[in-house]
Amino acid sequence: MSTDSVKRAVETPAEPMPFAELGMKQEEYDRVKEILGRRPTGSELAIYSVMWSEHCSYKSSKVHLRQFATKAPKSDALLVGMGENAGVVDIGDGWAATFKIESHNHPSYVEPHQGAATGVGGIVRDIMSMGARPIAVMDALRFGGADQNDTRRVLPGVVEGISSYGNCLGLPNIGGELVFDPCYIGNPLVNALCVGLLRKDQIKLATAPGPGNKVVLFGASTGPDGIGGASVLASATFEDESHAKRPAVQVGDPFMEKLLIECCLELYAADVVVGIQDLGAAGVSCATTELAAKGTGGMHVDLNLVPLRDHSLRPEEILMSESQERMMAVVRPSDISAFMAICQKWDVPATVIGEVTDTGRLVMTWDGETIVDIPPGTAADDGPVYERPFHEPAGQSALNADTPDRLDRPADLRATLLELLGSPNLASKEWVTSQYDRYVRSNTVLAQPADAGMLRISEIMAGAEPTTRGIALATDGNGRYARLDPYAGAQLALAEAYRNVAVTGARPLAVTNCLNFGSPEDPEVMWQFAEAVRGLADACRTLGVPVTGGNVSFYNQTGSTPIHPTPVVGVLGVIDDVAKRVATGFVAEGLRIALLGETKDEFGGSEWAHVAHGHLGGLPPEADLAAEQAMATVLVEAAALGLLEGSHDLSDGGLAIALAESCLARGIGATVALSGDAFTDLFSESSARVLVAIRPEAFDRFAALCVDHEVPCYGLGTTGGTSLVVEGVLEVPVAELRETHSGTLPALFG
Amino acid sequence: MSARVGVVTFPGTLDDQDAARAIRLSGAEAVPLWHADHDLKGVDAVFLPGGFSYGDYLRCGAISRFAPLMRELVPAAREGLPVLGTCNGFQILCEAHLLPGALTRNASLHYVCRDQRLRVESTGTPWTNSFEPGQEVVLPIKHGEGRYVADPETLAALEADNRVVMRYLGNPNGSLNDIAGIRNEAGNVVGLMPHPEHAVENLVGAPSTDGLGFFTSILKKLVNA
Repeated sequence: MSTDSVKRAVETPAEPMPFAELGMKQEEYDRVKEILGRRPTGSELAIYSVMWSEHCSYKSSKVHLRQFATKAPKSDALLVGMGENAGVVDIGDGWAATFKIESHNHPSYVEPHQGAATGVGGIVRDIMSMGARPIAVMDALRFGGADQNDTRRVLPGVVEGISSYGNCLGLPNIGGELVFDPCYIGNPLVNALCVGLLRKDQIKLATAPGPGNKVVLFGASTGPDGIGGASVLASATFEDESHAKRPAVQVGDPFMEKLLIECCLELYAADVVVGIQDLGAAGVSCATTELAAKGTGGMHVDLNLVPLRDHSLRPEEILMSESQERMMAVVRPSDISAFMAICQKWDVPATVIGEVTDTGRLVMTWDGETIVDIPPGTAADDGPVYERPFHEPAGQSALNADTPDRLDRPADLRATLLELLGSPNLASKEWVTSQYDRYVRSNTVLAQPADAGMLRISEIMAGAEPTTRGIALATDGNGRYARLDPYAGAQLALAEAYRNVAVTGARPLAVTNCLNFGSPEDPEVMWQFAEAVRGLADACRTLGVPVTGGNVSFYNQTGSTPIHPTPVVGVLGVIDDVAKRVATGFVAEGLRIALLGETKDEFGGSEWAHVAHGHLGGLPPEADLAAEQAMATVLVEAAALGLLEGSHDLSDGGLAIALAESCLARGIGATVALSGDAFTDLFSESSARVLVAIRPEAFDRFAALCVDHEVPCYGLGTTGGTSLVVEGVLEVPVAELRETHSGTLPALFG
Repeated sequence: MSARVGVVTFPGTLDDQDAARAIRLSGAEAVPLWHADHDLKGVDAVFLPGGFSYGDYLRCGAISRFAPLMRELVPAAREGLPVLGTCNGFQILCEAHLLPGALTRNASLHYVCRDQRLRVESTGTPWTNSFEPGQEVVLPIKHGEGRYVADPETLAALEADNRVVMRYLGNPNGSLNDIAGIRNEAGNVVGLMPHPEHAVENLVGAPSTDGLGFFTSILKKLVNA
């Protein structure tokens, strides 16, 4: 096969190019021809097709995502905002945290183990490329019904993939989510989050400045895996023959990634890196175009120099390969030998493949012929932008009108509690989380099943300046709420993650998000997306927490049936003195239990309606952001004053489940009394509510703090004994709660 | 003079920072040792931490055994240098034939991370002299290949010579005789699947500080030597 050079492209203008097979539309192809003034070469077509794919270009979502910037609250904490590999926030004492969540949904359906594993690998490299040491990961997972056959194929593979990759990498897995719903049966959601730590003045950016500087490709060699992954998998709906796409899933090598982490940190410490970019979706195409576009503007690359593990690869394939564990750095010529020595110490192969130029063109050669000659910004930044049409789904009003008021409410609330507690969404997640290392590096202050993960930061890097600070992270999302009202659903996801951070005593600071939706070409899905983004942007402004970055995953649908719209929101917070963190649940006997917040009759989209009736209709609970903010202020202040012994957020399953989980935390019972309708009090899912446990002598001070901030505080009872007792309503031994809670997932998955 | 305890880093070692911190907390000096060096830097004892050395794509520890540093460590251990290997370190000690038996895939076929109850059986080692015989402790375990196996003669000899150092209370991985850790005949080389270095502080790690005993034991041994 002869090489399709620029010269040949000029000579054969009419040659048909396979743009449609690469997922490109006719008008997009026409624009490439217009930009270049000729037909693209095969290699150029490869670059444009992956860079302009939905996954890389955000072409359908861009016009909406802009609200995250235009509505962003003023925040002194934001050091690097959207558009870089990950956002960076100032967490005080000269330290910065960088964090991001990203989807690897489609690959995880096709090949669960490798799909999920490389999802972890990819987000970890994003964090590394900011100049940070990755310090923890979390995973927000959604699968089809727990008893559906394909869930038994996908879930164990995904968990094993995350476990084998993350554990081998030496990053503690400190939390996340596990949700089952039949809507995800053909489209599991695997959203991986990574957080990293760096000194505020050591941020690295993806840029290639300085003509003459060398372009170094380092890490794993390039193979045929994942070719076209970004455009083929992430940007198209599955049809029946999706298994034919198996080769498009990448294969991970966590050992190489661990070496890359330590190698990169040593390169940063030696100050031999001018710019750096990880190779993720779209591989070399993405790294070269983005680095060049953000730097001086030009780059020359000799593709023959890319180390290959399959020597039959054509240049088009090298450009599209998504082989894992690769990074690209821009290095001053005088630093090359120091750079190479560090790579050699860590057994990381590194090769100079090109250099920065001031030509404004990205030029690539193969066997001495020019095969790519493009303005890099046209691929990296000037992709198509679509104003997709959208309208409210046809059945939306009928769905909202079908409220849970018509559902029979139970008489036996003890049975309802146990039915919910043992249901897959509320049962213990230990079967999954015990497969993850939560202890490695010994900085884990809180990990699942705590409401948020928390890490101390003083001991993370050698020679670190002393600080008492810590960071907390939580992710949340509720597809059923978002299905009923995507605007409110996105706000409720943010509110819950924000609350989960605050209950540990940490001050919520910044937001990342992973927006999982069906096809943007369906106007009803696009309406869900537009509403969710609008809701999230508005809520971020109200709560004063900016979006720092994130990811959009479209085409999560099988045939014409999309998943529930599922915005997953991650919130990062900071605690000034990590020793003052608040544990989740009842940690001692004889504590006063109080409920913060108001309980209303809100069952739309609730876990009870789902489990007891298989019902989804009405409206989700009201998102009361002012109440969330006041409550967070109280929680953070109370923690700093040492007034709280334990706390727990109320969410799915309401007060009943929060009480049961609080008892299960340390095996300590509780006796509480309710004042209203017992069913509503126990199972309603009103938002902005938290359970706290307080020493009796501290109760009045805490109650006064609540009065100051106008946060409703109701004394419910005390901790102690061996049973959960709701006076006059139900009594369940903690041992029975434990048996019900812990048996479900092992019974399902072995 | 403070006691100097070496902490070995192979490519893919993960718990080396944790081990060094635990050593420092106990009052000893932690000395980093690099896999590619033929140099034990004159340390008084060596800690082989957990992780996935060289990726453990082959049998766990099978490649580390051949590292340059191991060529120095093995003879030194045979001459009495105190060595503690935890998790991957235990696997490496078995592969290097400093300890008998092998660690195979957990019976559950799953990696397991949990806070594990254990009983200290043998306190006659430089790493366990601070414990009482029969003392119950809680330490984290986190491994996919921790199922201890050995032939019947080896097992019988381990039991007869009191060379089982720790036993699981509630076997998490199918180990024969509930074995969580063993020692060599001389007692200076100990291998454990649990992680004492993750149970040394109240703020982080397992809800226990029972791991400290291993570090105070070696300090006591070295300072009194």
